[in-house]
Amino acid sequence: MDKSELLELKKTACNVRLWTIEGVFNAKSGHPGGSLSAADIMTYLYFKEMNVDPKNPKDPKRDRFVLSKGHCCPSLYAALALKGFFPTDEIKSLRHIGAMLQGHPDMKHTPGIDMSSGSLGQGISAACGMALAGKLSNESYRVYAMLGDGECEEGQVWEAAMFASHYKLDNLVAFVDFNGLQIDGSVADVAGLDKLDEKFKAFGFEVIKIDGHDFEQIEDALNKAKTVKGKPTVIIAATVKGKGVSYMENQVGWHGKAPDAEQYQKAMDELKAQLKELEA
Amino acid sequence: MAESKKIATRESFGMALCELAKEHDDIVVLDADLAAATKTEIFKKAYPERFFDCGIAEGNMIGVAAGLAAAGKVPFAASFAMFATGRAYEQVRNSVGYPHLNVKIAGSHAGISVGEDGATHQCCEDIALMRTIPGMVVLNPADHYEMIEAVKAAYAYNGPVYIRLGRLAIESFNDPDNYSFEIGKGVTLEEGTDVTVIATGLVVYEALKAVRALKEKGISARLINMHTIKPIDKDIIIKAAKETGKIITVEEHNIIGGLGEAVAAAASENCPVPVYRIGVEDTFGHSGPAVGLLSEFGLDAAGLEKKIAELLK
Repeated sequence: MDKSELLELKKTACNVRLWTIEGVFNAKSGHPGGSLSAADIMTYLYFKEMNVDPKNPKDPKRDRFVLSKGHCCPSLYAALALKGFFPTDEIKSLRHIGAMLQGHPDMKHTPGIDMSSGSLGQGISAACGMALAGKLSNESYRVYAMLGDGECEEGQVWEAAMFASHYKLDNLVAFVDFNGLQIDGSVADVAGLDKLDEKFKAFGFEVIKIDGHDFEQIEDALNKAKTVKGKPTVIIAATVKGKGVSYMENQVGWHGKAPDAEQYQKAMDELKAQLKELEA
Repeated sequence: MAESKKIATRESFGMALCELAKEHDDIVVLDADLAAATKTEIFKKAYPERFFDCGIAEGNMIGVAAGLAAAGKVPFAASFAMFATGRAYEQVRNSVGYPHLNVKIAGSHAGISVGEDGATHQCCEDIALMRTIPGMVVLNPADHYEMIEAVKAAYAYNGPVYIRLGRLAIESFNDPDNYSFEIGKGVTLEEGTDVTVIATGLVVYEALKAVRALKEKGISARLINMHTIKPIDKDIIIKAAKETGKIITVEEHNIIGGLGEAVAAAASENCPVPVYRIGVEDTFGHSGPAVGLLSEFGLDAAGLEKKIAELLK
């Protein structure tokens, strides 16, 4: 990608982060840490990779995205709103009574959400079903899913991995947002996911490891995935939980907590400064 | 009436899928390593390109079904009732029920008539689990002809449906030339004025024999076949309550959470009358031949006849 494109993606990701903080602050609850760690990948998917049309969100031929780690929807909502699926104003009522934007993704009421998710381990199975449907219908659409690293402790993730590999779902790409932290502490301390790459390899996946905040690496990985035939691809993305907000970075306490007014201001100031720098 | 034949509703289910698939190429069938038992193997043989074994991984199977439905297919996912609704309960609730996806879940080997496999495989809680999920339709067909029509109706309905299948071969008592199936509409099999017996699924035929025997003894019992547990047919229940003053329910399921409670709720809110529940009385089953177990649990014709007569004393 050229420099101007890269710059645009960085700016968009910064806006995604701004709206993520806006949403979680207004909701007075939610999950900023994992939303921020996944923000660059979601930005790339919606603004560079995926064939989606905000004016025709149910197009049968569209690419699909399933946020298996559904609690990180604040940044997905931000990406969808900035892409034009719904007004950004909706984000200010995230998690409020009567709001369109639920605490976890709701495909019935939110344009652009391809699958309701939030109960960990389930989204990846649905993504497999969508990929299988694409094969059955000879459609060329691709299916993207995003798992959390902690989510990979769910047995269903591995049931789905077996299925994806057995049925050769090469139209499926799963990201693992490997930020290293889950609610109870570091993933290594809580349950351990040693050699996650080897685990996926053993399950028959093409495995690509990248820095999940580097757009060029994200692009290269997705391009490589398109050349893989006869098996699904997993992209294990090393990320920083809370990325972009200094006091949230790598802090397990920011997994599922909203900033107070002062913290909100600090986060917005930081992100706006980053945006200003990119615009300069 | 055509010559009656004994056939398990799981077999009828497999046949119905093949019939439907002839006309509808959006039908996809999933199983979890039990195709020979759930009889989806009948479909598998006829339409191998549309059959997907998910292995012994029921949670993933339900999720895959949800994804297929989200992409426009009409998946039928089958396993034993125990695993389809129990093991995978939360997947059914969150991946199918919450987004109201067009997934049909078939639970075979339901109830104690699984027989020799014993309590771990005898699911008497599936109806309770499925009917608490908002928007889920719950069907429990009573014989071959009803199952064929129920599967067609489930396909025609746009939304999640649970269909209960039995293992045991049973008499086909409905008249195939004169039978229509409508989701949510109970069927009156016998008229009567002293009491109304409302039965569902595999034990409907046993209840029919019991009611006919009681008629010989001067007890006029109405018999309703309630093939749909949800949405329950309130009208037929209220009418029965008004006209017969007493209701007895019969089900091969825990009396907690099943047909009996659905009927009791409809009656008590609209026309309160005594409702007695006959079923599995909050206990686990155990190993043994299916017919022997049904007798032991009082769910065969003789047991039902005795129990209904007692309740009317």
